[in-house]
Amino acid sequence: MTTPKISVRDIQKVYPVGKEDFVALGGVSLDIADNEFVTVVGPSGCGKSTLLNILAGLEEPTGGTALVDGVPVSGPGPERGVIFQQYALFPWLTVRENVEFGLRTAKVPKDERRRRAEHFIGLVGLERFADALPKTLSGGMKQRCAIARAYAVNPSILLMDEPFGALDALTRVRLQEQLLETWSQERRTVMFITHDVDEAVFLANRVIVMAARPGRIADVIDVDLPYPRDEDMRLSPEFGNLRNRVWHSMYHQRQAKEPAQ
Amino acid sequence: MTTEATETTKVRPRKSRTLLMLNIGSVVAGLAIWWVLSLTGMQFPTPGEVVAAAWRMLLDGTLVTDVGASLGRVLAGFALGSVAAVLIGFLMGWYTVARGLFEPWIQFFRTIPPLAMLPLVLVLMGIGESPKIFVIFLAAFLACVISTYQGVVNVDRTLVNAARVLGAGDGTIFARVVVPASTPFILVGMRVGLGSAWGTLVAAELLAAQAGLGHRMQNAQLYYDLPTIFVGIIAIGILGLIMDRLLMLAGNKLTAWQESR
Repeated sequence: MTTPKISVRDIQKVYPVGKEDFVALGGVSLDIADNEFVTVVGPSGCGKSTLLNILAGLEEPTGGTALVDGVPVSGPGPERGVIFQQYALFPWLTVRENVEFGLRTAKVPKDERRRRAEHFIGLVGLERFADALPKTLSGGMKQRCAIARAYAVNPSILLMDEPFGALDALTRVRLQEQLLETWSQERRTVMFITHDVDEAVFLANRVIVMAARPGRIADVIDVDLPYPRDEDMRLSPEFGNLRNRVWHSMYHQRQAKEPAQ
Repeated sequence: MTTEATETTKVRPRKSRTLLMLNIGSVVAGLAIWWVLSLTGMQFPTPGEVVAAAWRMLLDGTLVTDVGASLGRVLAGFALGSVAAVLIGFLMGWYTVARGLFEPWIQFFRTIPPLAMLPLVLVLMGIGESPKIFVIFLAAFLACVISTYQGVVNVDRTLVNAARVLGAGDGTIFARVVVPASTPFILVGMRVGLGSAWGTLVAAELLAAQAGLGHRMQNAQLYYDLPTIFVGIIAIGILGLIMDRLLMLAGNKLTAWQESR
């Protein structure tokens, strides 16, 4: 058996909150294969963002290990691209300069930088806005720019933290389709966090359902629908069944105890 | 929504024109009142006398010398103060050690008007240019340093994380994220600092100087030369206004990327 791209072994994350500890992650184990598209859904407080931040190297677990290509994660690295819900574009840089940011950091020569930025700006369809400042872009365009920026440094993994969470329903669906298109052209291993069940099923090879208090994996549901996926598939009975299963396992989670007042 | 938008765009130019008319009317009325007061026995010189005095001072070169001396001092003190404030503000925002070391001193000296330091500074540094520049430096520095520090502390964590996951180290994050992100704060600090420096300058010149607008007014006071005092006051006001506007224009250029203000 080949080593999984991402391997999470009994990860724990405990935050001290007053006298009691808040268990954000209580022993989570998970393997993600190379070029797999995994979505993680769960109620708020289930630790899904914490899990992503640990893999990104932005937070450290209080127990367990996270391995990428068999190597323990220590700090952020350019092989793991992160896309944030709040876009996190540098507002003083144009679209092109944002996309080139990681390439400049990696000291890529200017011509090569230009060329690669052009390519990924084209891939997300922002050619006409390459020299625009983020403040002039809509939310969906900002997130496309952030996706291009993450792709530009050529990571083998994309970690996406509710990237479409702040967008309206239509823009969200459009971006899901565009993301799958980009992904089919430039295959990467993706871990995509969302609280939207439709989005989780539409995008993924596999949906991880998490539960809260303590944060844990409640269910894993394989999505055996073929790519490319389109609007018809979203309305198909197979899709409906899968969505119902995911929704079911999220809704019928063991009732979490409210924290003591 | 749309009707509202068109209405505001229609209303705005009319409103600003009304405001401008009121501004002009107010200034004209003020000058008229001044004139009337000076003719009805108040000890004011008439506007005409003040203009004549200004013309005389312009022709014999004293006005130019005084403005030059005052501007030289304020610009030297302001430049030194701003540079020091930006450096120390960055250190305080970036390193806890620097914050711990500098903060008590800055908080203490902030409560002392820089002019209150003048007697001490005159004793220690003599009556040349340096004590005056030092006091102006202090005024500009104290006004700007806290603002810079706030700017560094308030840099959006997500932007720092975005830079880190793109492979940026501390140096790059500082130069390419922290510095631009805190520019708006620094500029606000510099504007306050400039006002403070200008105010301190004139008072410092009143106490000890051989040239400068404050010195000229002090001298005129001895000879009951009210027109000269008026020329001094008006010159100080106009120069302060011009410098403030220049700084504001530069600021608008540098922070044009901001979402809204």
